[in-house]
Amino acid sequence: MGRSPVKVRARDSKQAWQEDFESSPARDDGIETSTISGIPLKPLYTSGDLPKRPEELPGQYPYTRGIHTSGYRGRLWTMRQFSGFATAEETNRRYKYLLANGQTGLSVAFDMPTLMGQDSDAPTSRGEIGHCGVAIDSLADMETLFDGIPLGDITTSMTINSPAAILLCMYIAVAEEQGVPASTLGGTLQNDILKEFIAQKEFIFPPAPSMRLVVDSIEYCAKEVPKWNTISISGYHIREAGSTAAQELAFTLADGMAYVDACVERGMRIDDFAPRLSFFFDAHIDFFEEIAKFRAARRIWARWMRERYGAQDERSWKLRFHTQTAGVSLTAQQPELNIARTAIEALAAVLGGTQSLHTNAMDEVLALPTDKSARIALRTQQLLAYESGVANTIDPLGGSYFIEALTDEMEKQAESYFKRIEELGGVIPAIEASFFQKEIADAAFQYQRELESKQRIMIGVNDFTVDEEVPIEILRIDPRLEAEQVARVREVRRKRDQARCSKALSELRKAAAGSDNLMPYILESVRAYATEGEIMNTLIEVFGIYTERAVV
Amino acid sequence: MTSTAVRPVRIIVAKVGLDGHDRGVKVVARALRDAGYEVIYTGLRQTPEMVVDAALQEDAQVIGLSIHSGAHMTLFPAVVQELKRRKATDIVVFGGGIIPDDDIAALKKQGVEKLFTPGTPLQEIVDWLKQRFPAEKS
Repeated sequence: MGRSPVKVRARDSKQAWQEDFESSPARDDGIETSTISGIPLKPLYTSGDLPKRPEELPGQYPYTRGIHTSGYRGRLWTMRQFSGFATAEETNRRYKYLLANGQTGLSVAFDMPTLMGQDSDAPTSRGEIGHCGVAIDSLADMETLFDGIPLGDITTSMTINSPAAILLCMYIAVAEEQGVPASTLGGTLQNDILKEFIAQKEFIFPPAPSMRLVVDSIEYCAKEVPKWNTISISGYHIREAGSTAAQELAFTLADGMAYVDACVERGMRIDDFAPRLSFFFDAHIDFFEEIAKFRAARRIWARWMRERYGAQDERSWKLRFHTQTAGVSLTAQQPELNIARTAIEALAAVLGGTQSLHTNAMDEVLALPTDKSARIALRTQQLLAYESGVANTIDPLGGSYFIEALTDEMEKQAESYFKRIEELGGVIPAIEASFFQKEIADAAFQYQRELESKQRIMIGVNDFTVDEEVPIEILRIDPRLEAEQVARVREVRRKRDQARCSKALSELRKAAAGSDNLMPYILESVRAYATEGEIMNTLIEVFGIYTERAVV
Repeated sequence: MTSTAVRPVRIIVAKVGLDGHDRGVKVVARALRDAGYEVIYTGLRQTPEMVVDAALQEDAQVIGLSIHSGAHMTLFPAVVQELKRRKATDIVVFGGGIIPDDDIAALKKQGVEKLFTPGTPLQEIVDWLKQRFPAEKS
């Protein structure tokens, strides 16, 4: 072979770009170019960043590109606005309004006393009744809440955790009264106690009996309410408490595996319950990072379910999730801007392949939404679905150099958290060691520092501020309703069959001390019009309560 | 800190009410601690009585309250009332959370000195405390 003639080789085009980029002027505004969670980003991604792997397709393992073969071509996501306030009667009116405006599923927000398992006439319920959701004390309130809404025709999501089993039983009981068999009911119970210990802090019982109740409800529903999503394993609250996207992803999936472990330990076959596990994520403002998070979540879950847990049923591999846009990204300043923020976040959820979506209303940072702001929020989803064209192509960002690389990065960070959690002995020991709580608090503080130093900008908060705020109309809760709700629960206690109620509660107490599945006992207590507070207090007598070590 | 330093201002930071949204309260607690204040965070679900007990036991000059459930109109004034009942009205009460403007005016009338709403820079809270307790901070 002879010497080839010396040629001045043309610069490699990527290298040329790199050199040109480095010599071009850069912005010097001091604003971070990493993701909102701090993942460093390159200015440009190219084919060299594309992971080497067999082509992934929607509806095929590991479902990175979506769990449905037909994406949104087959069916749009469910537009499910979370709503509830004041009394059951008022919330019932709002539900009918939303359904009349084209909403396709209900999602119940309960007030704080209901979430914390106490009746409206408990001393610590004072000032809290009906404020951040609807007050439900007994089956009587639940009957009013769904009055005239046929439970066989809609699906309902209920955001409740410590007392989740009770509220599910109330829903089953209302359905029975409407003549709808439990076996046909569709909907979702949040029922995710682990993220309460980690982030939202609406725990009541200690972790072990809390987990027992979760497993009881999963086991019961697998037989009796087979179309029900028994749990919605939630990253939303973890994120809203200040975590990064990778922490949200990792902690949520770790919780999911902890539930799987607990059910397997109970003796359930994985494919009997795993298809009804569902997830719930936040859609924050950093657009691409969120899309990558959703895609990574599906891939990780599929792999763990198939390879580690040996699930055979494809439905067990598919991570289905609900998304809510990020309440924490909204601002009280110039609140109309929240419509734009929410639209961007909702778009990320849709491009990430969500199964259902809640879009926040612009005034949710100030109070509960008004009819008008609730309608704008819903219309934002309809705009994405019907005007923007984004639902026409399945996983339209699949194959993007950047998205694929970021999806892998999210996956890598999550796997590294799984290792740390395992080293701590699993999710519950990690909770008891305040591991998650500390990680989240650190991330929240870091972000706040970045805002203060203007490395991150929140429009209207630390830049582009205006002096005059335009007052927007907000929804106020009539203070009289507190007394009315207190009177209502007392009347329920007066009117019910006292003997049946006491018997039901005493049998529940006995069962709680043993190892029976508690669902039938709770259902009977509910039917006997035992109040939520009475049922919870009965369980507290046996289970005790949990107190958190406060870490700053 | 110098050897002649006056005792730093001691602040009880508490979550009153039933909600568990503690991102804000923890961020504020850390920022105040970093600014040199002695901060005691009570944890969640404190009743007005528990908050005042803690403030008296710890000999605190300030109580900072956080709430996100909408019960501020009941619980913030209840803390002020409890301070009156325990004859400890020298303790300054401030608060933060999702509190509409009209409520801020009403709460100030009822003895809550200062209210901070979402988006407040941490420095603003620190500055307010510095101005409120000028001599006592070293």
